[in-house]
Amino acid sequence: MFDYTFQWKQAFNRLPQMLDGAVVTMEIAILSMVLGILLAILLTVFRLSGSRPLMAFATTWVEIARNTPALFQIYMAHFGVASFGIHFSPFVSILIGITFNNAGYLTENFRGALKAIPDTQGRAGRSLGLTQLQSFRYIILPQMLRISFLPMTNQMVWAILMTSLGVTVGMNSDLYGVTQDLNALTFRTFELFALAAVIFYLITKTITLGGRLIAARLFRY
Amino acid sequence: MIEIQNVRKSFGDLEVLKGIDLTVQKGEVVTVIGGSGSGKSTLLTCINGLEPIDSGRITIDGTEVHAKSTNLNKLRRKVGIVFQQWNAFPHLTVLENVTLAPRKVLGMAKAEAEAIAEKQLRHVGLGDKLTTYPSRLSGGQQQRMAIARALAMSPDYMLFDEVTSALDPQLVGEVLETLKMLAEEGMTMICVTHEMGFARDVSNRVAFFHQGIMAEIGAPDQLFNDPQHPETQKFLANVR
Repeated sequence: MFDYTFQWKQAFNRLPQMLDGAVVTMEIAILSMVLGILLAILLTVFRLSGSRPLMAFATTWVEIARNTPALFQIYMAHFGVASFGIHFSPFVSILIGITFNNAGYLTENFRGALKAIPDTQGRAGRSLGLTQLQSFRYIILPQMLRISFLPMTNQMVWAILMTSLGVTVGMNSDLYGVTQDLNALTFRTFELFALAAVIFYLITKTITLGGRLIAARLFRY
Repeated sequence: MIEIQNVRKSFGDLEVLKGIDLTVQKGEVVTVIGGSGSGKSTLLTCINGLEPIDSGRITIDGTEVHAKSTNLNKLRRKVGIVFQQWNAFPHLTVLENVTLAPRKVLGMAKAEAEAIAEKQLRHVGLGDKLTTYPSRLSGGQQQRMAIARALAMSPDYMLFDEVTSALDPQLVGEVLETLKMLAEEGMTMICVTHEMGFARDVSNRVAFFHQGIMAEIGAPDQLFNDPQHPETQKFLANVR
């Protein structure tokens, strides 16, 4: 019944390829976070703008990002837009999909963070002659980013894990894609995916711990 | 010169200012006293345009505050305001709190802004706290920092909105000393306050507000020793 012979050596022989894949995974996650944060800031400004179309746009984005499967979002970024003749490479599609998801969740995090900043902060800025935008940029935004820093590291972990969905749009250079290809080649399924899982774990754990260390510095004040 | 002419202001159904007239000359210190809800704090936020008014006119050196064509951000450089809640920016050091507006609003170079900020902070007795974060300061120190922050913009006028009301009693003195010093230096000031001693010592004129009207205004000696309006008499009898 249980006659599987573990061949760990075969899996470890492939470690360099898997680590190359891990680098791609981190690239996607980091890029999608940087872009996601920038977009979330923009969406937050939209939400505060008082303009109905902009507010509706931001709300729609957040609603879709948070209430549909990430797989759907990535699929749409690849096969969905292909229906309109727009073709992205798997790398670009997965980047768009995860960025979309990140931006939605982060915008919601930022909303919570804004609630923790007293209205009087912006008012104090305005009374010093800062414009509304300057007051947001120099007084509200830095506080908002600090308050939502730990939720941001959570989202970063999510971004790493979501890269595994790239295989559905033909991505094969990231950690999950590489592992899947190696599996097709060697059939060492358990060993390869167990090793990939360990690498995923080490990456995300490093992010969580690194995030805490950085937070300790950021919250000096 | 700040000219306030027949200013009315409502929040919903509640009329908080019912036709206020007041002219403050350059170099003058006017304190405003009165019960809570009398409209005195609202008047200050109307003067620097943080609150719109319903009717009447407020002009600062001839510029109408609430005219559509007025650039409020520009006007506010002239008029500093310090609130009851000092609103220190928690993510910035004391020095950065004070240099922010000179750098971003006036476009000053960092070194120049820092020199001015240091001077103002030393002036209010915080010369040794430049690199400290506000959370490490007492309420009185934070309030003095807020005063330095407003002064760093070299305003022509300063508005103080109950700046000692949120402080522990033992910290009130240091802030009042700072205000006194400013008054002696000739700063034009409107101070809303509950500190009667301060109002008596420092002001050129004291105004008593009652339910949205300025019931009485006069020299401190007259207003405190010989109040004319029955509400002023009642108020002063209670606070003594």
